[in-house]
Amino acid sequence: MNDKNIIITGLIIFFVFLTFPFWYNLGKASPVPEPKLTDKAKAAKECVEPKEYMKVEHMQILDIWRDGVVREANRVYISKKGKRFNMSLSTGDDSCMGCHSNKAEFCDKCHDYTSVTPYCWDCHIEPPKEKK
Amino acid sequence: MENSRRSFLKLAGISAIGLGTKPVLDAFASSEAHGEKHGPEIFPNQEALTAKRWAMVIDTRKFESEADLDPIIEACNKIHNVPKFKEKRHEIDWIWVDEFKHVFTDLEHEFVDDRLKHLPFLVLCNHCENPACVRACPTKATFQREDGIVLMDFHRCIGCRFCMAACPYGSRSFNFRDPRPFIKEENKAFPTRMKGVVEKCNFCAERLAVGKMPACVEASNGAIVVGDLHDPDSEVRELLKNNYTIRRKTHLGAGPAIYYIV
Repeated sequence: MNDKNIIITGLIIFFVFLTFPFWYNLGKASPVPEPKLTDKAKAAKECVEPKEYMKVEHMQILDIWRDGVVREANRVYISKKGKRFNMSLSTGDDSCMGCHSNKAEFCDKCHDYTSVTPYCWDCHIEPPKEKK
Repeated sequence: MENSRRSFLKLAGISAIGLGTKPVLDAFASSEAHGEKHGPEIFPNQEALTAKRWAMVIDTRKFESEADLDPIIEACNKIHNVPKFKEKRHEIDWIWVDEFKHVFTDLEHEFVDDRLKHLPFLVLCNHCENPACVRACPTKATFQREDGIVLMDFHRCIGCRFCMAACPYGSRSFNFRDPRPFIKEENKAFPTRMKGVVEKCNFCAERLAVGKMPACVEASNGAIVVGDLHDPDSEVRELLKNNYTIRRKTHLGAGPAIYYIV
């Protein structure tokens, strides 16, 4: 019963150790990354749908496009505004990657930040690193 | 007492009707609102080549040796990023060459004529009418399109290889290894595959969708023809009408769509 001090010291050390990640990283939260646009993407002003919609729903659009192209052979997308687009991730200049040819700066930046690892590039061939 | 019970039940009944109609009315209201809004739409390409039922006729009389077939196989491999493995057990094939006795097992006999005995035959996925692979696939990664083409959605393939066991023609290959390092020259317009998925001939669905003929047809100098089996005026039907053709293992009832003129 005389080990009170040792027990309390031990508890304090344990508590400090337990909360280590919290106070160690205090105030060091990395800022939310902003994806960089290529000149071509900037010039186009708008993606297939408005920016805010793309930010939230791009994965749904990619999913719909994927099923549409692979399973139903549908390759033309008509946006809400009535514009026509070629449905393709990485084939040709009018595909997603044709415009967003900076994968590291555009896709990976946010995906890394949010620890999302889409497996697109296991099969689809990445656009070349250097800018065209 | 009885009176109040009666009136309670009446009231409850009327309330139930009132509550019941609300969702119905809501549904009507929302469907009207939907009709006005213009949503995004997706369509097939206008240049796409279409058919009610695709089929292929291979005129084996125009081939003499494997040298005649190599450019056709090469064209397919190049366009579809088919890897070339050194080891036989890793081999991936979309279209390849085999002998008569292995291709037409039910027609083979001891005294089959010399020309057929030694003639190399092009074999590929038969895009069956009743594809066993489609029934075997647990994820619907392999499916049959309305135009008869049996396709694979590599995104969905889990690599269980049931389809390979089901296919009576051995038309499917499995990626035991990452194929990327074994592709000599990548075609950037077509994806590669990854380790752990099955692959096979896709009847060049990606080319038909943009109005091009399959790669093997283009490379064959007219020895391979594809067309609509349900169109009596198509080139395929013309060839079938005027030539004796055989198909592979028809007794199995799969209904192969690849016809061989012998």
